[in-house]
Order: sequence, then structure tokens, then C-alpha cells
Amino acid sequence: MSGVRILVGTRKGAFVLTSDGARKDWRVSGPHFPGWEIYHVKGSSVDPNRIYASQTSGWFGQVIQRSDDGGETWAPVGGDFSYASPTGDHLWYDGTPKPWVFTRVWHLEPSLTDPDTVLAGVEDAAMFRSTDGGNTWSELTGLRDHHTAPQWAPGAGGLGAHTIIQDPANPGRIYTAISAAGVFRSDDDGTSWRPMNQGLVSEGIPEADAEVGHCVHRIALHPSRPETLFMQKHWDVMRSDDGGQNWREVSGNLPSDFGFPIDVHAHEPDTVFVIPITSDSEHFPPEGKLRVYRSRSGGDEWEPMTKGLPQENCYVNIFRDAMCVDQMDPCGIYFGTTGGQIYGSNDGGESWNAIVQNLPSVYSVEVQTLP
Amino acid sequence: MAVTTSTVRVVLPLHLRRLAEVDGEVALPVEGHVTQRAILDALEATYPVLAGLTRDRATARRRPLVRFFACGEDLSNEDPDALLPEAVATGAEPYMVVGSMAGG
Repeated sequence: MSGVRILVGTRKGAFVLTSDGARKDWRVSGPHFPGWEIYHVKGSSVDPNRIYASQTSGWFGQVIQRSDDGGETWAPVGGDFSYASPTGDHLWYDGTPKPWVFTRVWHLEPSLTDPDTVLAGVEDAAMFRSTDGGNTWSELTGLRDHHTAPQWAPGAGGLGAHTIIQDPANPGRIYTAISAAGVFRSDDDGTSWRPMNQGLVSEGIPEADAEVGHCVHRIALHPSRPETLFMQKHWDVMRSDDGGQNWREVSGNLPSDFGFPIDVHAHEPDTVFVIPITSDSEHFPPEGKLRVYRSRSGGDEWEPMTKGLPQENCYVNIFRDAMCVDQMDPCGIYFGTTGGQIYGSNDGGESWNAIVQNLPSVYSVEVQTLP
Repeated sequence: MAVTTSTVRVVLPLHLRRLAEVDGEVALPVEGHVTQRAILDALEATYPVLAGLTRDRATARRRPLVRFFACGEDLSNEDPDALLPEAVATGAEPYMVVGSMAGG
């Protein structure tokens, strides 16, 4: 493998960071789309030169950008995310019904087999698919039309479908997570969906173990063991060993089980990374110490990884899509902060370096391992 | 009766100029009555990448943080089918698409 390419979405543009296999020296390009909020940038695993970016603005709305040369040049493609069927209502913050309104694309998930096919998770929560490289989009209506959808209510950031995972071992199986509705799974390529929230307990909703209504922040799986899922919930780190049908808490000895991102080591399916945040009221690391916690036992037992990370006066947050792992050996781990730092580890989390500092607030970090 | 075509000058904000890959103002041919709707239709026909970025794709309602000015007036809340001043239709004055002063 020749190197890695990190794709960074920020509050004020996108950045591309590249390095060779040593992952010590980095070239930074950007900002691409300066001034726009870039919610997510992700490349195709089939064709690494094919990259999609969600470019959005409170002023001007949604644009999807596509690169066919690894992020060197970009072109806008389709931005029409019109819901396909009549929109009903979901719950608003005050408990009143509110009609579905498209706001932005939170997450882009390229197909595992076709570079022209990509899924988009959007706010208000729905999923779209493009099969022509992002030029046109069609809604997978079974998600928004789910019978529980009128009960879905937005999290603080909006009613977003923010996580999409395609099961590499079971074609047609897709997971999504919605704040604040929970996890849903499709086994028929997005046509129909089932809630997968059994075992989740959320004190912030009237019925703590309700079928839907949970603020799931992020889920992750390892390709070699796709029945096992890990979840960072609003509170609680959770694990499922049956494809999301049942969940159990694995927060163990974490200093806080609140947080946003979660990811799994590229070569060790029982090694999981989270970044604890103090609480839902205090979105910064406990004690002002930025610590990545690693479990090598699939949860319950966690150890702090601190070498190279600030251990005093650190009050940044790390958003849900802002941590990822590469496929190199040793595995690289990367995350971005609301303070504009991108931290990277080229040794499985043992030590960290700031690859770049003073970017705009980081929304998303994805990495491509280049052939 | 022959339909007249006016050449309207349109000033776009920076972000839309970059998407449309234009510098400065653009000159748009507008057939028939020169109204805000006709100008925006012509804008989106000429620069499809701008569709949905000044007004909602389905309802054609102005996006909340986009404003439309001409001849020193704020036309944002005017009837989109009302005739614009003659100075806009003749190209003496530009039609301006403006991003609201807001945010950080």
C-alpha cells in the first residue's frame, strides 16, 4: 500500500491530507469549497479516485461535489433531494407535529461494489441513493415511511440520518442510525427497515427502553465480523453480536460513557476506540484531558491513550463522523476536533501527533488507504 | 405577437459565482415580462448548478437567507410575478442576488 489520504470536512471547507505509508509527513490541500459547511467527504473503496462531498450552507442549501482524481479537482453534481412520497409529520422539539423538510446531507456512503452508486443520509431523516455518480438521487422511501416515523424527534443537531453502514458479508443489508430515533436495519437493499434498538436504555425519553427515540450517535462494525456492532449512544457504549437485534452495555471503566465517534481497529475486530466527552451538558473531554480510550476486549475494559494528546486545558469536542481508521499495518487512527486539529496515530493509538492545527471546526474525517 | 427578449444583468454572491464559474455579473436573456421569477428561471436554465440554491426546488419560495435587490429596493418579499422596474429590464440597473448578513 502506497499511502493514505485523509478527507476532512469542516465548518468552512474541505481539506485533503496525504502521506506515504510511514504517515509522518503530510501534505495539506484546501480549503476546497471555502466558506461552505462540508458535512462529509468519503471516497469509493472500489475506485479511490472517486470521492463524494456534501457541501451545504444555511444560505444556499445543498450541493454534492464529486472528484474523479482523488480530490485534486471537483465538480458539482446533483443536489436535488426531493422526498419521493408525500411527507408526513415527525415530532418537533416541543412535541408538536412538524412536516418533513429536507435540510442537508449529513453522510455519504459509497457502494462497496460500484463507484457510481452512493447512499446519502439526510436531515430531515431519510435515505437517498444515486446510481449515476451523484447526478440524480432517488429516495429509499421505506425508511421515512416507517410506521414509527411520526414518533421520531430531532436531536440538538436536527433529525439527521447520520450513519450508514453496508454489511460487506451480506449484500443488501444496510444499517442506519438517526438522531434521535435509533438504529434501523434493512435486509433488502433499503426497501424496508426495522428498528434495532432492543437493549438500549435512554433516560432522556419518556419510555427508557422504547422501540424508537434513542439518540444513537454512531455505530461501527469490523468487516470480518459483521454481526458484531459497536455503538456510541448519547450516553452508553453498546455492543450487539446479532446484527443489531440485541444490545448490551460495554461502557465498563470509561471516565464518561458520553461521546460521539466510535470505530474498530482495522485488523483486530475486538479492538475498539472511543473518545469520552464529559456529558451532554459539557461537550468537552473530562478534566480537560483529550484521551482516546481503547478496548482490546470488545468493550467493558478500556485504557486511555494519551501520548501526544493535550492533557490539560483541552475543551474541544469530536463529532460523530470525525474519527476513522486506515488499513495499514500498524493500523492508523485519525480524528478531528471542533478546535480544528487533526490528530493521527500510526501505531494503533499508542502515540499521537497533530497532523494539522487551526483548521475550521472539523465535522468529519475519513481516510483512504491507497493501493 | 413576437415575444421580446430582454438582457438582464444579474449580480451573484461569491459562493454562487464560484459554483457557476463566472466572474462579475452575468447577462441573462429573459423572454417576455421581466419578473423575478423569469430572471431566476433564466438563471437556472443557464446555470443548472444554481437550481435550488436561491429558491426551493419544489415551491419556488425564496430561501430564507437569500435576498433580492434592485434599484435600491429590497424586492425579496414582493410578488415574484410582478413586473420589475424598467431599468432592470433594459439592463441599466442590475438585479442582485444577495446572501443575508447573518452567521459566522
